[in-house]
Amino acid sequence: MVHGEAWTLKEFFVYPNEYIYWSIQIVMYPFMTGLVAGAFVLSSLYHVFGVKQLKDIARFSLVFSLALLPVAMMPLMLHLQQPQRGIYVMMTPHFTSAIAAFGIVFTTYGLIVASEIWFVYRQFIVETVMELRAKQQRSTVESLRLTLYSLLSMGAMDLSPEALHKDEKAVSILAGIGIPVACFLHGYAGFIFGSVKANALWMTPLMPVIFICSAVVSGIALCIVTYIITMEIRKLLSTWKNKKKSYMRLPSIEELKSAEIHVVTITVKYLVMFLVLAITLELLDLIFRTYTAVKSWDILRRIIYERDFFKIFILQYGFGNLVPFIIFLRPGLTIRRALVGTLLVLMGVFMMRWNVVIGGQAFSASFSGFMEYRLPIWPSTVELYKEGLFGALTVITTPFVLFYLVTRVLPVFGVKDSH
Amino acid sequence: MINRREFCKKAMIMVGGIALPLTALEVFNPKRLQAEKDGKGKVRWVFLVDIHKCVGCGLCVKACKIENEVTWDANVTRTWVERYVVTKDGQVNIDCTKGARDGFTSQKIDQAHAGLKEIKPEEIAKAFFVPKLCNHCDNPPCVQVCPVGATYQTQDGVVLVDRTWCIGCGYCVMGCPYGVRYFHPELHVAEKCTLCYHRLCKGMMSACVDACPFGARRVGNIMDPNDPVTKIITTEQVNVLKEEFGTKPQVFYLGFSREVK
Amino acid sequence: MEVNILKNHVWRPLFIVFAIVGGILLARTLLVPSDFGIHERGYMYGWHRKSNEAEWKAYRVKYKTSKVCAECHKDKYNDIKDSPHAAISCENCHGPNYDHPNDPLGLTIDRKRELCIRCHSYLPYKDNIRGKIPGIDPVKHYPQAECILCHYPHNPTKPNPKHPKPEVKS
Repeated sequence: MVHGEAWTLKEFFVYPNEYIYWSIQIVMYPFMTGLVAGAFVLSSLYHVFGVKQLKDIARFSLVFSLALLPVAMMPLMLHLQQPQRGIYVMMTPHFTSAIAAFGIVFTTYGLIVASEIWFVYRQFIVETVMELRAKQQRSTVESLRLTLYSLLSMGAMDLSPEALHKDEKAVSILAGIGIPVACFLHGYAGFIFGSVKANALWMTPLMPVIFICSAVVSGIALCIVTYIITMEIRKLLSTWKNKKKSYMRLPSIEELKSAEIHVVTITVKYLVMFLVLAITLELLDLIFRTYTAVKSWDILRRIIYERDFFKIFILQYGFGNLVPFIIFLRPGLTIRRALVGTLLVLMGVFMMRWNVVIGGQAFSASFSGFMEYRLPIWPSTVELYKEGLFGALTVITTPFVLFYLVTRVLPVFGVKDSH
Repeated sequence: MINRREFCKKAMIMVGGIALPLTALEVFNPKRLQAEKDGKGKVRWVFLVDIHKCVGCGLCVKACKIENEVTWDANVTRTWVERYVVTKDGQVNIDCTKGARDGFTSQKIDQAHAGLKEIKPEEIAKAFFVPKLCNHCDNPPCVQVCPVGATYQTQDGVVLVDRTWCIGCGYCVMGCPYGVRYFHPELHVAEKCTLCYHRLCKGMMSACVDACPFGARRVGNIMDPNDPVTKIITTEQVNVLKEEFGTKPQVFYLGFSREVK
Repeated sequence: MEVNILKNHVWRPLFIVFAIVGGILLARTLLVPSDFGIHERGYMYGWHRKSNEAEWKAYRVKYKTSKVCAECHKDKYNDIKDSPHAAISCENCHGPNYDHPNDPLGLTIDRKRELCIRCHSYLPYKDNIRGKIPGIDPVKHYPQAECILCHYPHNPTKPNPKHPKPEVKS
């Protein structure tokens, strides 16, 4: 079986070498980078624009952005036929190709996020080092922690008000630079598709903008979801461990509840703004295509309005955009409704990626045939794992694992920092 | 805290330092200028297909697969032949079983998963066969989108893939409007027709050209005014595939009908 | 106020950045071949490793064309040259020359029906050259037999001299 044959079903006339080459991992990749970019923009709303109510979720989303970053690499490494040569994109980049931008943009963005986190957490790191040094007897774990935090501090132990003020300034500068880089990180992903003239569905100048807007939407939605879930876990811990001693300062349930709904309401407002923008652009693209009806319209019409009707209009626009819109605009937003709404938004953004990537390969370049995508479920071979359901599941679960590990070193709640 | 003047000074130095390696990319390319001065090189390979002459025997596909060691049973091919059967009601039926590796031996149209379609002989208005291969375009979109420089164009116009450098991203495969590229089933890198470059540089012709008994395929040098292929291209009515994409393909077709995709 | 970069902790992360960029540039000198660069077709179309061109040129040639066969097999060559099958290259039915007669010692003869019906399965395309090739229905016309039991590929107007059979429609 050649690459793509196992999950492609051809109908009528399709060129002999045509298969669905860009499958589930290429759907996951813009989805994950979108989450990265969106999480970062959310944290920047506080650090740059000073939206004070977003303070708590800002730190949260910044750390999540860091946890998502290595995961953004995963779909690509799983997709490449020669993953060990992936580094060549940095060695001999061919900048006429949008993918070559990947090496530079990704590295720059990673360094910005890492640096920003360092400045945000420097006070916490230095204080932890001092605390551990002050101890006479250290257990093995504590000695390891001391080494780790000492390395992280990079010798910058000054906690005077001037030094902390410098940290704050550095954070807002980095967050400011980071926004256009985050936009570029995802805009170029949109450019990768929008510039392929060979694909009638992908080729549109609107593609980079649509991708950026839906990326921000997904990032904000993910942060809201994770924030709500984490707050629920903290509430459980608070009732459960109230009597026990803990190194974390645990707030009461009332404190948690009031902070939570407040933060969520404000964040949802921004989510709705970007959602409106994203829908406007996508509908604009569709209206233009229908109106101008160029050569490719015959086959595209059959894909959009017939074969993929359910995926596009019911799942993506209906459940993914319209229903959350109604939920968020109804007065009296509750945590439960916000959770449902944001989960639906995430599903909608995922379906958008699916409908672009897979939808663009649902028809042949001959305009005379169709290709159906059958997602490989059971990983009976390495290829079917990498480009199948289990590969996608690996990608989607890893950020949560990484997030948990990072918060063991850099906690997201109850931390005194340079905010 | 750094003052404004110092910041401006240091920023200019930084930008200047970064700009320096960027200029090394291409301000001017002496090799290219020289080549253009020499009259754009002495060789530019082009291909000529005569649709009037093709019978759909598929001997070209067979020869290509063997000459270029493309896995025989794999459902990918460097070149193929399409069959067009146009019925009197205007319907265009197209098929291409296994890339025409075994020729066309059945009257039924192979519609892949949509099944076999029977067409009554009296319903047929016209039918013809169209061989296809890599067009070795003058503006190859596949080369433009390669992120690492694994695929490239030689001075004499042949587009090739460096098997040791390709990372297998598939962007070139998606970027080709003609669908000529695929992944090599065993080497797992991008692959496509090379015009049998290894034969051309020895004064031989491409394997498919030698194999065709009917003279439907020809290869030549457009820079040589005495080349019979050049004479046909410049004097007769030829066409190319998907001209609107601006790729400037260098495979020319005689007898190109409007139904050809 | 004294501006001393080393004293200002804000620049610490920058050292890590330089280390990473330096590492990438070092890896570049180790991994990238020296002839990788912009060649004749410019940066957009000519960004590659130059020595790959020679590698492709050195690829093994398998088919040598009928002229090479004529050097030793003059009789068969002449036989076919005066027949309707004149334009068919010997290697289409006998496989590529490779390094024959050294390796392989002898070329195969493809006797299967599949080879002949490439052209000779009749397709009713009146105005196309295919419709003018004499053909049969491969399902109905002696489906169990090999074509060469009756027909002589080197000259299809004559019956196969190895299999004396009743006359053959040409």
